[in-house]
Amino acid sequence: MEQIRQTVKKFILENILFEDDENALDYDDSFLEKGIIDSTGVLEVVSFIEEEFNISVDDDELVPENLDSVNKLAKFVNEKTGS
Amino acid sequence: MCGIAGIFNLHKDKEILIDNLRRMSAIINHRGPDGFGFYKDERAGLAHARLSIIDLKGGWQPIHNEDKTIWITFNGEIFNYIELRETLISKGHRFYTKSDTEVIVHLYEDYGVECLKYLNGQFAFAVWDKNNGKFFVARDRVGIRPLFYTFVNGSMIFASEIKSLFTDSRVKREIDPFALDQIFNFWMAIPPRTAFKDVLELPAGHYMVVEKGDCKIEKYWDLDFTPEGSIKSEEEYAEELKELLIDSTRLRLRADVPVGAYLSGGIDSSVITALIKKYTNNPLRTFSVAFHDEVYDESIYQKKMIEYLNTDHTVIKCSYSDIAKVFPDIIWHTETPILRTAPAPLYMLSKLVRDNGYKVVLTGEGSDEILAGYDIFKEAKVRKFLERDPDSKIRPLILKRLYPYLANSPTKSLQYSKAFFSINTNNYSDRYYSHIPRWDMTSKLKLFFSDHIKEELNGYNNVDDLSVLLSNDIDSFDYLSKAQYLEIKTLLSNYLLSSQGDRMAMGNSVEGRFPFLDHRVIEFCCKLPPNLRMQTLTEKYILKKSMNSLLPESIIKRTKQPYMAPDSKSFFAGETLEYVEEMFSDNALKRCGCFEIKKTRRLFEKCRKGLSIGFKDNMAFVGILSSQLLHHRFIDQFPTHTLNEIDETKEQIIEVV
Repeated sequence: MEQIRQTVKKFILENILFEDDENALDYDDSFLEKGIIDSTGVLEVVSFIEEEFNISVDDDELVPENLDSVNKLAKFVNEKTGS
Repeated sequence: MCGIAGIFNLHKDKEILIDNLRRMSAIINHRGPDGFGFYKDERAGLAHARLSIIDLKGGWQPIHNEDKTIWITFNGEIFNYIELRETLISKGHRFYTKSDTEVIVHLYEDYGVECLKYLNGQFAFAVWDKNNGKFFVARDRVGIRPLFYTFVNGSMIFASEIKSLFTDSRVKREIDPFALDQIFNFWMAIPPRTAFKDVLELPAGHYMVVEKGDCKIEKYWDLDFTPEGSIKSEEEYAEELKELLIDSTRLRLRADVPVGAYLSGGIDSSVITALIKKYTNNPLRTFSVAFHDEVYDESIYQKKMIEYLNTDHTVIKCSYSDIAKVFPDIIWHTETPILRTAPAPLYMLSKLVRDNGYKVVLTGEGSDEILAGYDIFKEAKVRKFLERDPDSKIRPLILKRLYPYLANSPTKSLQYSKAFFSINTNNYSDRYYSHIPRWDMTSKLKLFFSDHIKEELNGYNNVDDLSVLLSNDIDSFDYLSKAQYLEIKTLLSNYLLSSQGDRMAMGNSVEGRFPFLDHRVIEFCCKLPPNLRMQTLTEKYILKKSMNSLLPESIIKRTKQPYMAPDSKSFFAGETLEYVEEMFSDNALKRCGCFEIKKTRRLFEKCRKGLSIGFKDNMAFVGILSSQLLHHRFIDQFPTHTLNEIDETKEQIIEVV
């Protein structure tokens, strides 16, 4: 789980925020509220976790409860992979 | 249609050199390749690069009044010049040309600056009133034609394009960080600001009078959405709109050269083309751009209209690499950073028009603004609808009606879209409600700004500058009208009609004319009940109703597809062009100094790998590339020493007093 968190955080930092500074993002920061991703950016995150963790995200799983922070994402991926 | 330029000494007489006027015109000779004219005395210098459209033999400029005490250099068209001319002649004025320009000189004699209210047209001009020591500069109501100016050593220098001002080596060439902040927020610099420090733009619907060393700028026209007392029937409104559009189209076909039309396949250009066909004798010649990528392509609808109206049509097909190839030229003409590549195909289209021997085209521009055609208006309506019952499970289904044409549609995930559209808007005044999501998203691009730019911007609030541009009446408008007013005051003049309009057409010496932007049509549409502009989520409802019999049902009923072109993808479809690599190199980024190098490099690599699918990255990429090109072309490599003199073989008129 911790490793998923780190991987997801690194992806968001480098590819969405283009940042090095680890402090630029907290694990619980809401992507929507902080304007970290726009509505099209969601699909970018989904495409990343699908490839990186070899999972498939269904349309009805595309909800903020699953995807809106590093912690939520990690939890979601963790459940999907069953690890 | 032409390019104008000039110099006015504010306080005292100082010699004005014809050579300076020549240089100012030579660099904008794409606006007027047919010849040049100059006037100078001790106080004022006027220059004119001419694209001959009306009175081909006699219409040379600058033009003067009967006793040569009033001189004008004029860019644009006065469409009602025939009627104005008749009235002026009956009042005793004598004309020495058949041009539209000359009516302004005589109108000015009779009415002074009030002459503006008689003009139906698209224009920017400067009048030198020698006897009264008054220099009068004006722009049309919605800003179809451009006018830039700056002050240097006690003189005001003005021109149709900024590059013309830069031919004077005393004018500094520096990017304005505050303009950059505005562009990476509102998609445009807020006039009078431009992308360059101390270079100003006369706002649309304004005029300037310089006299006794003093410069005064006044607004003479604005949109008024205040509802009218009496309400007519839907049928009456539809009929009235049709009559107005027929007349404004008819007026816009006045020219001594053949006039063509753009035909995009959308309803607006289809309306204009159909009106030309049905109500005028103008032979119908149409042009369009098509895309290799079918996401952006509207060829099916174009073909429908071509068959329906039986027009003589020419199409240019645009690929990703075409956009990348022309992009540096695009920025040379836009003279501002842009966040989308959409101007590029229009530049190719105007070249097609010119190559086919046409100088003038009618287009459907302006309809989306005045008749509420854009998605941003629907979005605002949907957001209001969702807010009325935030817990509703059914209401979010309406989101499916937004963006059905986009591959990466934000509405693919309903839950997500709902969350996105329900963002907190409490930090903004209600007048900005419609535009907050767009501005909020765009402002995230500022994460790429360098520390230097961020320091300069410290505490700057761009909304304060925006509010200066707006009439206080906005607060009394209904929310759809508020949204339309904002869209017109921000993007119409300072992006759509400039970066995507005037500059792309004039770059290839082509003049665009816009029947929807006849001020009578605009004023009529502003007074329409809002639900006739957008009924539930049907955009341009009244236009569809009034044109029902003129267009095929499939054109009337199709969902609006906004005009777009592929963004970052264009630059990496084939081999990456050298200039793209160069503009994103550490060195070039350092020289420009506006963007943080490491983050920008990361963005570049992400786009190169094709991983940037969202709006934000794409806008950032195009915004940074265009800013870098702007710096490169206008600051690093501006051709100060290699400026071509004007082509001596072209006809020239020089008047020295």
